[in-house]
Amino acid sequence: MSEKKTNRRDFLFTATYAVGAVGAGAVIWPMIDQMNPDASVKALASTEVDVSTVNPGKTITVLWRGKPVFIRRRTPEEIAEAKSVKIEDLKHPEKDEDRAKNPEWLVMLGVCTHLGCVPLDQKGDYNGWFCPCHGSHYDTSGRIRKGPAPTNMEIPEYKFVDTNTIKIG
Amino acid sequence: MSEHEYTPKSKVGKWFNDRLPLLTLANHLTDYPTPKNLNYWWTFGGILTFCLITQIVTGLVLAMHYIAHADMAFQSVEHIMRDVNYGWLIRYIHANGASMFFLAVYIHIFRSLFYGSYKSPREVIWIIGIIIYLLMMAAAFLGYVLPWGQMSFWGATVITNLFSAIPLVGEGIVTWLWGGYSVDNPTLTRFFTLHYLIPFLILGLVVLHIWALHVPGNNNPIGIDIKKPSKDTVPFHPYIVIKDGFALLMFMIVFAFFVFYTPNILGHADNYIEANPLVTPAHIVPEWYLLPFYAILRSVPDKLLGVIAMLSAILILAALPWLDTSKIRSAVFRPLYKQFYWILVADVLILGYVGAMPAEGLYLLVARIATAYYFLHFLVVLPVLGFKERTTPVPLSITEPILGGSPNLAAVKKRDSFKDQ
Repeated sequence: MSEKKTNRRDFLFTATYAVGAVGAGAVIWPMIDQMNPDASVKALASTEVDVSTVNPGKTITVLWRGKPVFIRRRTPEEIAEAKSVKIEDLKHPEKDEDRAKNPEWLVMLGVCTHLGCVPLDQKGDYNGWFCPCHGSHYDTSGRIRKGPAPTNMEIPEYKFVDTNTIKIG
Repeated sequence: MSEHEYTPKSKVGKWFNDRLPLLTLANHLTDYPTPKNLNYWWTFGGILTFCLITQIVTGLVLAMHYIAHADMAFQSVEHIMRDVNYGWLIRYIHANGASMFFLAVYIHIFRSLFYGSYKSPREVIWIIGIIIYLLMMAAAFLGYVLPWGQMSFWGATVITNLFSAIPLVGEGIVTWLWGGYSVDNPTLTRFFTLHYLIPFLILGLVVLHIWALHVPGNNNPIGIDIKKPSKDTVPFHPYIVIKDGFALLMFMIVFAFFVFYTPNILGHADNYIEANPLVTPAHIVPEWYLLPFYAILRSVPDKLLGVIAMLSAILILAALPWLDTSKIRSAVFRPLYKQFYWILVADVLILGYVGAMPAEGLYLLVARIATAYYFLHFLVVLPVLGFKERTTPVPLSITEPILGGSPNLAAVKKRDSFKDQ
């Protein structure tokens, strides 16, 4: 055998492997995708909350998609504190105006962006939230200021249906 | 496998053995030549086999009464504890059995580290062992989630969130692991399935681990190659069987002490509170056997790097046969390594302690130093030591120091050739 020539048999082998790979993929994908969120989980995608009883300086926690959402009616001092922070001092630079469209209401996922614990209200070095698991400190706008969390607490999609009702999702 | 031909005595035995050589295998296992100087640190392999079988048997029984559903799991565990006949006993054996399993595996691993059992020609045994250890950690974590208490839920949340540190695909992977947008019922049912599967994977790997062990044979406290069989060896049965059996009895006393006198001391009180996705417990700690790695995770201030450091701390063990450049196996003949070995033991214990403490102030500083030292030991100390250390003379055989001479002529030649240089 001096030189290897592509013959009929090589072509058949390659074609067989290719068809086999497609077939294997077609079988494996349903096995993987069945673990993704199912239709019943996706159906619970939005929730409406009545916030008429929430006074300034109070936070309520509601469950949305199995996760806590903090709805805080901020005091004027907290708003002023959040607005006065220099954007350069932030690990994840976001303006307070972009996080709370109506500055009185801060609506955010109550999930620490480090490893998913629920931070404690009115704790930590920045008068905002403190995560007890690995010591992340958040300010009054829910922005990460100190500790291992990489980003600010997430703002979910929400809107005011009327003055007293917030629709999350 | 067997070095000599074996023929069953009975006609039926011979007939069967010719068709499926199970009796040859049994003969190999009983006659298996074992170094006669094995000490009690070598009995933990047998103890670990006992632990695995205990977990599988008690686990099968628990699965007959447990209900893997977010609304019922917690109640069904209390039902096992209060209503099921001997349910309390079976669950306490299973829960404490996990801790006993890890206690034994840590002794087993540190025995290998001291006597150099991971070195050539036993690298494959060692790597299979590391895979078993990883699967044990996965099984322990998945099992801890099943009672659906507060620690179960938040432990599951924190550990699955480790994957979110992966750039780009991290969030997608976490959602896929959860089967939703948080740890919930779909997560619980799949964790139960996997918790049921892993022990059988471990069982298969244990067979490979022992198979790979029986190719070169056991290492021994002086870490030399021995001739098998010879006057340096004894048959596995009855010598090692009896010794392992005695050690197992001692181990079972410790096991029984935990099960009957302090069954909850190794657990966490918060896990007797049902899972609540709105409240994280004030202080989350994993089970004691994962604390050193948890300390490493927390000592790195960056999320992705913290996860990488924690995984590397485990995976670095797989590279150990190549990181340790010393030709001498046993620490008995390595005066410097022996000291570094005990520093490493202390370092891991310190990491375990700070892993249980809050990640702030002095604890965080100690965790950072201990983490740095852990990697220093494997990446710098071990490779350098192999070249710099002056080892003490290694005997030619187990009997040589007492009887003189050696049954192993190859070893004599090798030493003589070293003398000439």
